[in-house]
Amino acid sequence: MKALAFLATLATGIVLLYGTRDFAAWGDAASPASRHVSPVYIERAVKETHVPNLVTAILGDYRGYDTMFETVVIYCAGLAVVCVLRRQKT
Amino acid sequence: MKRLQEQARGRDIGDNLIIRTAVRLLVPFIQLFGLYVIVHGHYSPGGGFQGGVILGASFILLALAYDLRTSLRFMSERTNAILGNAGVLIYTGIALLCALLGGMFLDYSALDRLISLGPIEWRSLGIFLVEVGVGTAVMSIMVSLFWDLGSGGEMDEGL
Repeated sequence: MKALAFLATLATGIVLLYGTRDFAAWGDAASPASRHVSPVYIERAVKETHVPNLVTAILGDYRGYDTMFETVVIYCAGLAVVCVLRRQKT
Repeated sequence: MKRLQEQARGRDIGDNLIIRTAVRLLVPFIQLFGLYVIVHGHYSPGGGFQGGVILGASFILLALAYDLRTSLRFMSERTNAILGNAGVLIYTGIALLCALLGGMFLDYSALDRLISLGPIEWRSLGIFLVEVGVGTAVMSIMVSLFWDLGSGGEMDEGL
């Protein structure tokens, strides 16, 4: 069973690593993200949200779903630990 | 878990006067800094997650330097649970409120229909409100994780 699990993990890891071969190079100016997404954020974010910190503007507004479910994930982790470990005081 | 607690008790690090006094002096400033990081997220690196972790760390520091019961005196289990749930509810509630007011889910400019500040100002304010929710949730969850993992769920002595 352990060998099977190890093989499954290894296979998934290899597939994921193979997938990264198609990624754009680090800081590649010709990648789609740098050509379309980043310039729009840099040009419009301050105008559209009045938040000088672009990171906060993107995290809180443009990528609000991501941040919301990040919070939910942390919440679920805390809830799981409470459910598993905490005991009633006798 | 029990072995870890015994080791911590054996080292007797909690009864150090210098550590206790320093922690007692530092905790208010750490909490103030945590609030600053949350509130100032619009202008400098920071925001809900980072500020929440700093706020949570101040309670964890209290629990480490004294013991778990002392930190429970400053934040009870009940308060902690309420804050954690409230934080997530603030975020999802604001998102839902935007949808109910006729905008899109998480589109803060729809809140303009509630109080007229202008859609752009509301987007800025919406980010702030959401960050407060994130900070509250992260703080209480950090503290409760430490309580549960540090005491094996018994909430008695802690590490």
